[in-house]
Amino acid sequence: MKYLCIFWISFCLSLALAREAVPLTEDPVVESRLVHISQELRCLVCQNESLSSSRAELADDLRREVRDLIRANKSDQEIKDFLVSRYGDFVLYRPEVKPLTWVLWFGPFVVLLIAGIFLLAYLRQRRALVQPQGLSDAERARVEQLLKD
Amino acid sequence: MKKVFIPLVLFFCLVIFLAIGLNRDPREIPSPLIGKPAPAFSLVTLESDKTFSPEQMLGKVWMFNVWATWCVACREEHPVLVAFAEKHQIPIVGLSYKEIQPQDPAAKQSDAIKLQVARERSAVWLQRHGNPYTTSVMDLDGRVGIQYGVYGVPETYVIDQQGVIRFKHVGAVTPQLLAEKILPLVQSLGKS
Repeated sequence: MKYLCIFWISFCLSLALAREAVPLTEDPVVESRLVHISQELRCLVCQNESLSSSRAELADDLRREVRDLIRANKSDQEIKDFLVSRYGDFVLYRPEVKPLTWVLWFGPFVVLLIAGIFLLAYLRQRRALVQPQGLSDAERARVEQLLKD
Repeated sequence: MKKVFIPLVLFFCLVIFLAIGLNRDPREIPSPLIGKPAPAFSLVTLESDKTFSPEQMLGKVWMFNVWATWCVACREEHPVLVAFAEKHQIPIVGLSYKEIQPQDPAAKQSDAIKLQVARERSAVWLQRHGNPYTTSVMDLDGRVGIQYGVYGVPETYVIDQQGVIRFKHVGAVTPQLLAEKILPLVQSLGKS
């Protein structure tokens, strides 16, 4: 019983200690917003990585910048606008829909539409080609002959 | 007979698109800062504790060049800039960008010591390779770099009399680029 008690106390203590451990980040709220925003942003050094996953030094600096902007109570849109004003639409994984990015957003659907039209036209053409012409009298006679045998 | 050529034509279209697409430098991102006022800042210079800010250059056409002693491409670019500065009376301001890198032993020191180390290192480097800059400003934490959209050192900007950014180049400046683009631009800006 005594040992159990000691074990229990030490267990509680360890819990307390765990809570005392140094947090990974200073402010979890800021950090969760940082992760949320930076997943939408592209790292400019390694262009296939998001700002949240990149280990490039510039990404570190940009995360610091975003953190400061979050602390200054800027909205997500304001933060993205700031980075776009410095690095261009390229930093956004989902660029705004505007005349300049129309081709990017709608181009694939236009190509799909054109392909669909061509496919329809082609199929219609084929259908006209393979229309059953029926058997001629001579052929019918031959078929009957063959079936009889 | 015509139909035979359709795939061929499509194939050549594809080849042309790929040829253009694959020959473009993916690192070259159009800067949204062209035509915008150069972001304001105030930083101490390499030479003294006096601060420099872009407003001091109002009324002049000047070049802003981002460099660092750790930057390999800067070493390639530097003689070109030195020769250019000797030949032409165009002020070039240097931005010593993040001289102390995070992996640098000096990075753990206080800001004052970091500034001192960075200054010493940069001064020695400029002494050895020549100094094309009218002044260099010390951007130790890279914040001014972010204001200017720096993502690869070296970078070069041309800023006009009104303090508007007119041109940006990412990567080492070549004699050809200076002669064909930057110099005509600076000269035409100087006339207006």
